[in-house]
Amino acid sequence: MTTIEPVPVVVPQRQGRSFADGLRNALPKIVLAPSFAVILLFVYGFILWTVYLSFTTSRILPVYKWGGFDAYYRLWSQPNWYVAMQNLAIFGVLYIGICIALGLAIAILMDQRIRAEGVLRPIFLYPMALSFVVTGTAWKWFLNPGLGLENTMHNLGWTSFKFDWLVNPKMAIYTVVIAGVWQASGFVMAMFLAGLRGIDGEIIKAAQIDGASSVSIYRRIIIPLLRPVFLSAFIVLAHMAIKSYDLVIALTGGGPGNATELPSTFMYSYTFTRNQMNVGSASAVMMLMGITAIIVPYLYSELRERKQ
Amino acid sequence: MKIRMIAKLAAGAALIAMTAGAAKAAEQVEVLHWWTSGGEAAALNVLKENLQKQGVAWKDMPVAGGAGSAAMTALRARVTAGDPPTAVQLLGFDLRDWAQMGVAANLDDLAKKEGWDKVIPAALQNFSKFDGHWIAAPVNIHSTNWLWINKAALDKAGGKAPTNLAELITMLDAFKGQGLTALAHGGVPWQDGTLWEAVVLSTGGPDFYKKAVLDLDPAALSGDTMKKVFDTMSKLRTYFDPNFSGREWNLSTALVIEGKAGAQEMGDWSKGEWLRANKKPGTDFVCIRFPGTQGSVLFNADQFMMFDVGGDAEKAQLKMASAVEDPAFQIAFNTVKGSVPARTDVSNEKFDDCGKKGMADLAEASSKGTLMGSLAHGYAQPAAIKEAMLDVITQHLNGQLTTEAALKRLPEAVKAAK
Repeated sequence: MTTIEPVPVVVPQRQGRSFADGLRNALPKIVLAPSFAVILLFVYGFILWTVYLSFTTSRILPVYKWGGFDAYYRLWSQPNWYVAMQNLAIFGVLYIGICIALGLAIAILMDQRIRAEGVLRPIFLYPMALSFVVTGTAWKWFLNPGLGLENTMHNLGWTSFKFDWLVNPKMAIYTVVIAGVWQASGFVMAMFLAGLRGIDGEIIKAAQIDGASSVSIYRRIIIPLLRPVFLSAFIVLAHMAIKSYDLVIALTGGGPGNATELPSTFMYSYTFTRNQMNVGSASAVMMLMGITAIIVPYLYSELRERKQ
Repeated sequence: MKIRMIAKLAAGAALIAMTAGAAKAAEQVEVLHWWTSGGEAAALNVLKENLQKQGVAWKDMPVAGGAGSAAMTALRARVTAGDPPTAVQLLGFDLRDWAQMGVAANLDDLAKKEGWDKVIPAALQNFSKFDGHWIAAPVNIHSTNWLWINKAALDKAGGKAPTNLAELITMLDAFKGQGLTALAHGGVPWQDGTLWEAVVLSTGGPDFYKKAVLDLDPAALSGDTMKKVFDTMSKLRTYFDPNFSGREWNLSTALVIEGKAGAQEMGDWSKGEWLRANKKPGTDFVCIRFPGTQGSVLFNADQFMMFDVGGDAEKAQLKMASAVEDPAFQIAFNTVKGSVPARTDVSNEKFDDCGKKGMADLAEASSKGTLMGSLAHGYAQPAAIKEAMLDVITQHLNGQLTTEAALKRLPEAVKAAK
């Protein structure tokens, strides 16, 4: 064995093309290739497959007979689909709105250099560690008029107390909002808290010297500076709202009646229990388009900012 | 010396190879089902042991959950992969849907040899056969138009079981007066549909049921009789407790068993709950046909559909099909399950009073032509139409649709799902 002198910076052209160097250059690609291939097939491949299925006459099993836009006509003539879309609108707007408002409020309060922040923060954040199924089941028991809150109040003597949203078709969707907000607002708080901690203290000090009240400091300086956090929170919450399935299944099972049907539960039932796989695929495509409508402008604005 | 050892080794190797070969050649059936609760699993064991005696190994593939919808998802995956199980528990129109995919086995020879045509009710044969060929072995016949009444509550209310809808309402009022939940019901679409189909049968009789539910006549689906049905549903809704939404059927049965509720409309599988609670028919509870439906039976039967597995596996498959139709198994399974045998020539000696009544009613309905498929359990319409009708029924029962809107929506929903 000969000792190798430290290699000079300038390497002769021939040796730079050696096998080892080539391998070193190719290594990231080789390591990434399997996961890239897997994602390409199992995510994008199956997206294309689903899109294709939505144009076929598939019922119980996938068949590849062309059916044109028939599945889409069927989809948009289903009263259930309109119920699902309406519920998604109610759930999405309230879930995203309340989570952001509540998360921001808690984050601002937490940012006042309070004592025991280290204890409070995980308490607010903890619901996020639970799965939606656990959240849904726990809230189902809590909101059930015969088991939970209403029953407890009756036992305590407040017999006129009434809270039957869970079994009331007009109000049931709001119980889904309650459970969803309970789960996610702590997480949004953490995002805002990180944003608040990242704001340069000098700006705030300067504003204070200029005599700005703390309300206007928050309104005019801090909240506008949190713009990227709002955007991230919106994106995270919006896709959770569109794909939310387990929460509804665990909490209400889509009922009473079909009062809490969402596009995701619609997709599952049409594809797997109602033997209308093409309609189910069409609804999945509609959901994908919904998510795309949110993600693409976001990516566009992000990339544009990066260029600037 | 050396040669001897080699010979010994060779003999040993040959022996191992032989036993391995034998193990491989042993017949085996793979069965996909969702009978996972204690009583059902015990009942299925009878079949398992019978087959083991004939040298057929049983490979269990239980997929619990969702009244079979989880099992259907598993089945889709297996069939798509070209590796179907030997036998699959299936219901009603699902059998036809799968048979249309061309994946069914043909049991004609066995059925002919054992005379299935004569002993299995014709209404059921419609589903066990596809294109005139036997594809499935029916295990049992459940029926859905039963009313289960707590005997103590009934005695207090006069002791006479109702025979028509008016008497039912009188009885429910009496239960309400006793401070009970008059009618225990679980607000899940299939349970709403089970109650609805019994009300349809009671209000319009078997001919109307055939016209509206089996033939989907638009006039019948939106006519005056159907209006009466929906009005009755609204009326019955007032006898539920406020927590009925999403409740499992067995929890509703438990309310009646514990005496917190008066009665429950449910299929005969709920008898299993009573028996497990050590209650006796006639002394602790009363089983009657849903008031106004005596003489007709809405059925729901579990069947083992045989998939085309080809070659050696087919022998084991036929042995299994034969074992399913064995009267001894039919008795052992159905006394536990609460249903009645799928063949009408089985002795009713081992069955309790409700079981005997079920068997007598079945024979009567089968001969009179009033044995009809249950909508809520997939024996009246294919899944797409069934679910579309259940949507309307459940939305009406939950107050999302008025009776007028439901009458308009019902034929529309049927048309859209066709």
